[in-house]
Amino acid sequence: MTDAKNKGAALLNNPFAFALLSIVVGVLVGAIILVVAGYNPFRAYGEILAGIFSGPRNIATAIVRSTPIVLTGLSVTFAFRTGLFNIGAEGQFLIGGLTAALLGFSVSLPPILHIPFVMIAAAMAGAAWGGLAGYLKARFGVHEVIATIMLNWIAFYLNNFIVSLPSVQRPESEASYKILDSARIDILGAWKMSDVGLAWRRENAGSFFAELLRAEINWGIVVSVLVVVLIWFILNKTTLGYELRAVGFNRDAAEYGGINVNRSMVISMAIAGAIAALSGGLQVMGRTQEITKLAVMEGNGFDGIAVALIGNTTAYGNIFAGLLFGGLVHGGGRLQARMGAPSEIIDIVIGTIIFFIAIPNLIRVIIKARERAKAKKEVTDVA
Amino acid sequence: MKRINALLASIVLLVFVGAGAFAAAEPEADDDTISVGMVTDVGGVNDNSFNQSAWEGLQRAESELGIEVSYLESGQGSDYGPNMDTMYDTGKDLIWGVGFLMADAILEAATANPDTNYAIIDFAYADTPDNLVGVVFAAQEPSFLVGYIAGKMTETGTVGFVGGIAGAVIDGFDYGFHAGVQYANPEVTVLRQYADSFTDAAIGKSIATQMYLEGADIIFAAAGLVGDGVIEAAREQDLWAIGVDRDQNYLAPDHVMTSAMKRVDSAIFQISATLQDGVFPGGETFLFNLANEGVGVAPTSDIHVPADLLAEVDDLSQMIIDGEISVPFDEASFGEMGYE
Repeated sequence: MTDAKNKGAALLNNPFAFALLSIVVGVLVGAIILVVAGYNPFRAYGEILAGIFSGPRNIATAIVRSTPIVLTGLSVTFAFRTGLFNIGAEGQFLIGGLTAALLGFSVSLPPILHIPFVMIAAAMAGAAWGGLAGYLKARFGVHEVIATIMLNWIAFYLNNFIVSLPSVQRPESEASYKILDSARIDILGAWKMSDVGLAWRRENAGSFFAELLRAEINWGIVVSVLVVVLIWFILNKTTLGYELRAVGFNRDAAEYGGINVNRSMVISMAIAGAIAALSGGLQVMGRTQEITKLAVMEGNGFDGIAVALIGNTTAYGNIFAGLLFGGLVHGGGRLQARMGAPSEIIDIVIGTIIFFIAIPNLIRVIIKARERAKAKKEVTDVA
Repeated sequence: MKRINALLASIVLLVFVGAGAFAAAEPEADDDTISVGMVTDVGGVNDNSFNQSAWEGLQRAESELGIEVSYLESGQGSDYGPNMDTMYDTGKDLIWGVGFLMADAILEAATANPDTNYAIIDFAYADTPDNLVGVVFAAQEPSFLVGYIAGKMTETGTVGFVGGIAGAVIDGFDYGFHAGVQYANPEVTVLRQYADSFTDAAIGKSIATQMYLEGADIIFAAAGLVGDGVIEAAREQDLWAIGVDRDQNYLAPDHVMTSAMKRVDSAIFQISATLQDGVFPGGETFLFNLANEGVGVAPTSDIHVPADLLAEVDDLSQMIIDGEISVPFDEASFGEMGYE
């Protein structure tokens, strides 16, 4: 009895084992769903894995696909750690992309200035967008969930409105003008579509670098990892981070301790907004080079919520969680192209795996609560 | 503890390796049969409209011509490029991009991969590479005809048009419909609203409900999945909707009066078939219109539309084919032809 209990506790305290167990359970439940839907689960998982790991193109694309959600996850994480729930990463992402696109094609600067200028401007715009929700909460008590959901829609329609302006919309398209080369952060992006680049790729078809170039490789992931480190530092090693976290733990105690809670909430939402908007900016600078009229919210911000939870709302956890999520989404495409599985089934399977990976946190909370209740009962029994 | 770790790690490894071996054992598409893939836009393959029509065309090619087919749905705009590559990696002979939103992604893929053929629905390139075919539709022609039907059938003197996202493609439906209504009866008012979406049925329903409140009794939606909401509103209000792209009467048999068909399926079928005959028309752009039956009025129209009116529609159709009536396709041509 005690032995089994110890084992359970030991498993709980070992995050690595717990994560692995969760993946195994998630994969098994996903397999059951695949069987029920009429697909061979071995082959299906094989296709997903091949879709992620076969060749430099797929590995690189999985990473590229993950880049935006690593940062939107970080944005949600940051707000969460300071006691706020940022549903607005979606809208902040759009504002960042919008800002980057507009300044990317309308301002002419040398790359060494243009790139940081666009990145910082995108982050600033997002800071204002996120900070607005923080201000509404601090000043008027508007719940940040409500405010950010509304701001998402405002950002969505603002995006579509601005793209449709004659000075922004590229003729014969549903998109903005492309950003100038000086604002691009993709690697050899212009060269690989030039005549010389195409000829080289044809000559070396199948080689490592030619395959790698087929992916939309860009510096976004490097910037993202640097930002994760920066945010980890701010949260854990600075006075500002200490204050923000204190507000997250207990607002009243923080206020009693002399921390300006209202100011903290605005700063926290502004930083969260800046991170998500930077993600949108990097997406434009590294991949799309333009923004389009959107028919539907693309979900980069909403996926960030899931990523933050999988990453156990730690700064670095977003890197792994984002890579896992992005990898599964990219690999799932191959499942459809090769086996004809509808995307609903793929999404359910991916969702199931993600669900079981996110759930240990829940189980941990439940077990701890039960142990506490038990301890309490023992105390009363003795009494 | 170490034992548990090792055990779990080996299970994960085993599953992965086993699955990988399974996948590797599956042969790539063999070279004898032609294989064709399509990448949908964000509407997805079950949109009751445009993408679904495309997929039906490929399925027909599968059953009638023995072509291998598959599809890949795009979750967001930035997936178009990677999805093109994923399709390419499965060894396709022809890859379709369904929708003008993919114009850039397809041009880039076709330029980078001259060994594979590409085709796009709803886009004409100024300069088309030799391994790429553009397909465009004269959407204004069937829209003119259903507009004529609406203009004759309305009892309230008001009809509605719900568009997806304004742009060259939807303009054809929009101005064609307006012209058709006016041609039938200049007194009829046409309400017009854009949903700014091709996917949100709820918006379609609320726009349509509002239009019915304002007195419209027939609404034409050219907006993908948004149209499902319009048809739903028609059913609730017990009034009329006009379907788009496919014969949508089956969605609400008593409330879909007719449909402006844009035969994406037949375009995809015909061009995929050329590949099998070895005469793929790379570098060209095709126009599908009334004359080559690439567009038209849905066959189920005879359920609700009187036979003599349908006969008039047939005459009009012939006049359009013969060039006796020209149908406006955007704001400029609409004005030039004297419509208002």
